[in-house]
Amino acid sequence: MLRMPAPDQAVLARRGEIVAALRRIVPGEGVIESEAERRAFESDGLTAYAQAPMLVVLPQTTAEVSAVLAYCQQNGVRVVPRGAGTSLSGGALPLADGVLLGMGKFKRILEIDEANRCAVVQPGVTNLAISEAVAGRGLYYAPDPSSQIACTIGGNVAENSGGVHCLKYGLTTNNVLGIEMVTMAGEVLRLGGKQYDAGGYDLLGVMVGSEGLLGVVTEVTVRLLPRPPGARALLVGFPSIEGAGECVAAIIAAGIIPGGMEMMDKPAIAAAEAFVHAGYPLDGEALLIVELDGCAAEVDHLIATVAAITERFGATSCRASTSEAERLLFWAGRKAAFPAVGRISPDYYCMDGTIPRKRLAEVLGRMRQMEARYGLRVANVFHAGDGNLHPLILYDANVPGELARAEEFGADILRLCVEVGGVLTGEHGVGVEKRDLMGTMFGKPDLDQQQRLKCAFDPAALLNPGKVFPELCRCAELGKMHIHAGQVRFPDLPRF
Amino acid sequence: MTGFRPSDGAEAEQVVAWAAAEGEALEIVGGGSKRGLGRPVRAPHVLELGAIAGILDYEPAELVLTARAGTTMAAIGTALDAAGQMLAFEPPVSGGLFAGAGSPTLGGVLACNLAGPRRIRAGAARDHFLGFRAVNGWGDGWKAGGRVVKNVTGYDMGKLQAGAFGTLSVLLELSLKVLPRPETSASVLLTGDDPAAAVAAMATALNSPHEVSAAAHLPAAAAARSAVGAVAGAGRGVTALRIEGPGPSVAFRRAALAELLGAAGSIAEAESATLWTEIAEVVPLLADAPLLWRLCPPPAAAPALLEGLHAALAGRCLLDWGGGLVWFAPDPAAAGADGGAGRVRAALAQTGGHAMLFRAPEEMRAAAGVFDPLAGPLAGLTRRIKAGFDPRGILNPGRMHEGI
Ligand SMILES: Cc1cc2nc3c(=O)[nH]c(=O)nc-3n(C[C@H](O)[C@H](O)[C@H](O)COP(=O)(O)OP(=O)(O)OC[C@H]3O[C@@H](n4cnc5c(N)ncnc54)[C@H](O)[C@@H]3O)c2cc1C
Repeated sequence: MLRMPAPDQAVLARRGEIVAALRRIVPGEGVIESEAERRAFESDGLTAYAQAPMLVVLPQTTAEVSAVLAYCQQNGVRVVPRGAGTSLSGGALPLADGVLLGMGKFKRILEIDEANRCAVVQPGVTNLAISEAVAGRGLYYAPDPSSQIACTIGGNVAENSGGVHCLKYGLTTNNVLGIEMVTMAGEVLRLGGKQYDAGGYDLLGVMVGSEGLLGVVTEVTVRLLPRPPGARALLVGFPSIEGAGECVAAIIAAGIIPGGMEMMDKPAIAAAEAFVHAGYPLDGEALLIVELDGCAAEVDHLIATVAAITERFGATSCRASTSEAERLLFWAGRKAAFPAVGRISPDYYCMDGTIPRKRLAEVLGRMRQMEARYGLRVANVFHAGDGNLHPLILYDANVPGELARAEEFGADILRLCVEVGGVLTGEHGVGVEKRDLMGTMFGKPDLDQQQRLKCAFDPAALLNPGKVFPELCRCAELGKMHIHAGQVRFPDLPRF
Repeated sequence: MTGFRPSDGAEAEQVVAWAAAEGEALEIVGGGSKRGLGRPVRAPHVLELGAIAGILDYEPAELVLTARAGTTMAAIGTALDAAGQMLAFEPPVSGGLFAGAGSPTLGGVLACNLAGPRRIRAGAARDHFLGFRAVNGWGDGWKAGGRVVKNVTGYDMGKLQAGAFGTLSVLLELSLKVLPRPETSASVLLTGDDPAAAVAAMATALNSPHEVSAAAHLPAAAAARSAVGAVAGAGRGVTALRIEGPGPSVAFRRAALAELLGAAGSIAEAESATLWTEIAEVVPLLADAPLLWRLCPPPAAAPALLEGLHAALAGRCLLDWGGGLVWFAPDPAAAGADGGAGRVRAALAQTGGHAMLFRAPEEMRAAAGVFDPLAGPLAGLTRRIKAGFDPRGILNPGRMHEGI
């Protein structure tokens, strides 16, 4: 069972006083105390875990965020930031003795700056709302997580979220130009801006993907791109995972970076087809959706090139979309893969490792062996272009012990990803979910260095503690130098 | 002074561990080409990484290349060429732009986070940095990131190392995302001397669906120095827009873009490549420019910035990144002892953005400061971060700011 930092009894005992103080900063309904309302925030998208926060605070301005954080810092109160609560790694899981800082009221699009190809938005704006706001100008915001109708841009920044188009267009980190943020001490910083490069250390770069541990994001400047004039997709069936995997490698080796390239395995194909009837071929072992975007001249040329490549790798079927409706139909099954799997199993647990693509067949093969060992089934959807796997482990939370088995199975899959040269998470974040696996990828000096960065931002470890790192940060100890003059030998090596 | 030239990562770690224990400062050098970038480092010892070289792993279909820090960019380029791939951020690597002799290395390019014309589409060096091994100022070897193109495990430490100019850790081994080289390319040319019209045209092009991968404006004096006939012979300023991709696509977009902008003409692959190399390397177009500022305003503010600069200081310029990068070479006589720092920063304060004194004599870089001065909470945070990586200040001390 998940171990979270022990609640600070002294803080809990002062709850009334803390509420009163925070109400002076965020008036009216911005401070939520009642049990029933706090319960609404007890989980994020990793629903296996629930913990009501001590309090919920919903600020509306940067000044309020700053004052809340400064107060919490001075009073030793822990804080967990939250956007829409769609994190799949438990990043926004509250703490029993903590303030849950909901950024949902930061909902305004502040500026659309076409001449500088960017938009300035508040962190609570949803990912999709940005693209919708600029659609009339032929622009869009490229990263498109499947949760885009719900998830916030602040959450995207914290998680460095991706989407099906990120092989070609990048993750959040490649599409954010600037932020305003508040440190745990209440200091307000602006990092980056509308310009391309900023001087000094790239603090914007480390803030993106910092999972709410380094600061609270209060404004985001995102890069806007012109919407590609057109797109077509290929739907390709393969008799084997190997064939599909080799085909993906060959497409890239031919110099083609598709707008999207997604793979599904047999169980995922069956579930998706039963749900949306997209016309997926059910006889094969793997399905590939390859989307090419750009001007018609480019798209038609590449569709033909890719179709020819698929033949070389034994594709048993290959259909090119001939209309926008058909392209969307090809995607419908992939996009609905999670809910489709939800229909065939009471519960599912979504994993997120990345592997070197060439190990795909081997990894899926070993996953099949694990299925037998754990007595649970897996359906796989896969961002094939960048090697990001999403195994969905099917289980039933009402069967005693199944959740625990699913979690152990998931951990084994992630260990396997690391073993073959991959990583624990491609886009969902470490959160609480993979926290205790960090040691499989990183040694002590690696984690110490990460923690020292945390100490520079939040020396008292009050911001989102218990996430990402297996050990709570002990800054005083990490800041000590244990070596002394005269004890290290002068290096005896070639000089010039 | 001791010059250490370790032959592998373990030896480099030994040197830094010793320096950490003794509090002895090190200047970190790859090939030495960019020694003139940043503030001058005052260190009694040099740690030279040129012998820690070699590509460790490169599988084109995985889009990942892993190499030791001292691998020359020439060696990386040869390997990538053979597989039809590239570093999409198009780093300037041939001589000229950097005052120092020596071959640029992969570690140096990443440490300085440099990027060329394609930055507006593909991002900077930082955007392609997947993972690394390094030794920090504690003398500890450490690693972060990975060898796959998509990874969010832990803080994105590569971003912090890129552009840290070797002040946070000594990079020993780096993994980068590589991409296929476009099948072909071409550039559409416009002529005209008004920077505001040029920036507006570049914005129109960049906001169009024609996937423009680079957009620069060469004022008449710079254009005249180009080796490309159509540019040099224009007799006025030239605005260039590059398109890349499969043959049929480039042919279509070249025509469509030219029509959209009412272009004066266009150039095909070979000339286009020559022009963009000149723009990436800057110096051929600005002659020998003893003083060179690298300014990053919001792109649309470039014309206003130029007005401010020219009102304060005589000098020549070149615009890249659709206006988002302004190279400014002030007349040394007009610039004075601080290289024009006061007036350049005052002009930039009107538009916002970032300034770097890219090329100047050592004393001037020491006195005027190379980067924007640190102020407010950012100053404290930057110092705490530096202390977390390098508590005794032994790695390239002072390269970025006093004490950093
Ligand atoms: C059905 C479904 C599909 C999904 N598909 C994808 C996908 O395709 N790709 C992908 O990458 N992810 C996906 N996700 C995961 C999730 O949507 C993303 O991680 C998203 O970015 C989280 O945004 P949020 O607003 O919900 O943040 P939350 O879940 O509220 O918070 C996430 C983390 O961000 C921190 N945080 C939130 N706001 C701020 C802020 N303003 N300042 C500082 N820290 C903050 C929190 O503390 C927490 O650590 C999916 C989730 C679901 C449920």
